[in-house]
Amino acid sequence: MSEKKNRFGDLQLDVLREIGNIGAGHATTALSKLTGKPIDMKVPRARTLEFNEVADFVGGPETVVVTVYLRIVGDLQGSMFFTLSQDLAQQLVQQFLPSTSMEDGFSDMAISALNEIGNILIGSYLTALVELTQLDIQPSVPSLAVDMAGAILSTGLIELSQTSDFAIAIDTSFLDGERELEGHFFFLPNPESIEKVFMSLGVPLNENC
Amino acid sequence: MKTVKVGMADLNVARSPDKIKTIGLGSCVGIILYDKILKIAGMAHIMLPTAASIKGDVNPAKYADTAVPVLVSKLVRMGVEPKRLIAKIAGGAQMFPLNGSSDVMRIGPRNVEACKEALKIAGIPLYAEDTGGNWGRTVEMDCMTGRVEIRSFNRGVKEI
Repeated sequence: MSEKKNRFGDLQLDVLREIGNIGAGHATTALSKLTGKPIDMKVPRARTLEFNEVADFVGGPETVVVTVYLRIVGDLQGSMFFTLSQDLAQQLVQQFLPSTSMEDGFSDMAISALNEIGNILIGSYLTALVELTQLDIQPSVPSLAVDMAGAILSTGLIELSQTSDFAIAIDTSFLDGERELEGHFFFLPNPESIEKVFMSLGVPLNENC
Repeated sequence: MKTVKVGMADLNVARSPDKIKTIGLGSCVGIILYDKILKIAGMAHIMLPTAASIKGDVNPAKYADTAVPVLVSKLVRMGVEPKRLIAKIAGGAQMFPLNGSSDVMRIGPRNVEACKEALKIAGIPLYAEDTGGNWGRTVEMDCMTGRVEIRSFNRGVKEI
């Protein structure tokens, strides 16, 4: 594999995993409050990946997912995805809008509810990140799509691809009791701006420092 | 018969009876070049319009303007006559609604334009396209027939 892929060592990846842990921890608490159910999250994964490996994290490029996406600008730049399996998205909608019929797919009302849920959860993820790093992080307006994971995640990858041939993926999936909910917080920070995070946390930029 | 897979920022070639396929095109564009006499096809999955401002080594399959000439020379090495080539393209969607005037959000249409420009420069006629919209596409070319099948979520199958 390319040299770039191994640019971050174990220490840096541990820090990224901790970012996922803190961010998704806050967001999972928010989701738990929204649904009134205890929700646990899995140990986050942080990896540097080739573009083609990224969609495998959410079940492969052809898996259809419901995704709320927003871009982050400021000191830290990147893309934030909150992805759900279709089943889970339907369960969430029915919990919030019990009168909604899901027979004809997702109604405008359902889409708008999911967008708002995603917005709240990503918001708590990012708030935790701001508190941790003290960096300026500005989220864009969120939007939602239901489509193949490959097509959706490529929106974030295209942005990275202008300066990089690899992606840093910080992925956290969550569980509802025993059952895995097939939901993910998927953070693709811009590799250059992640160095600012390391600096703000006093982490050396590479293993040899 | 096998199916040759083309990843993101990747290109490859296949000959009859094989198929060649790329999965989950969003704003990216799949460029297919085909020689119907030899029944050989080449496919590229590009992410960005141009490598013009990039310094140093680039992956030619990532950009429309570098992918087309590289794909043509790969096909020529297999015996293809460049003037027999025709092109089909698919993808270039905008997966999420525009917010702000960010170039990144308009990348789909820009990729499509860049592909057409690159084909024009190479002198390859564009026979068919399925581009734009806000949905993803999986694209498969059957080298035997020259037909391209495009599958999208909730939209069934389209042939170009």
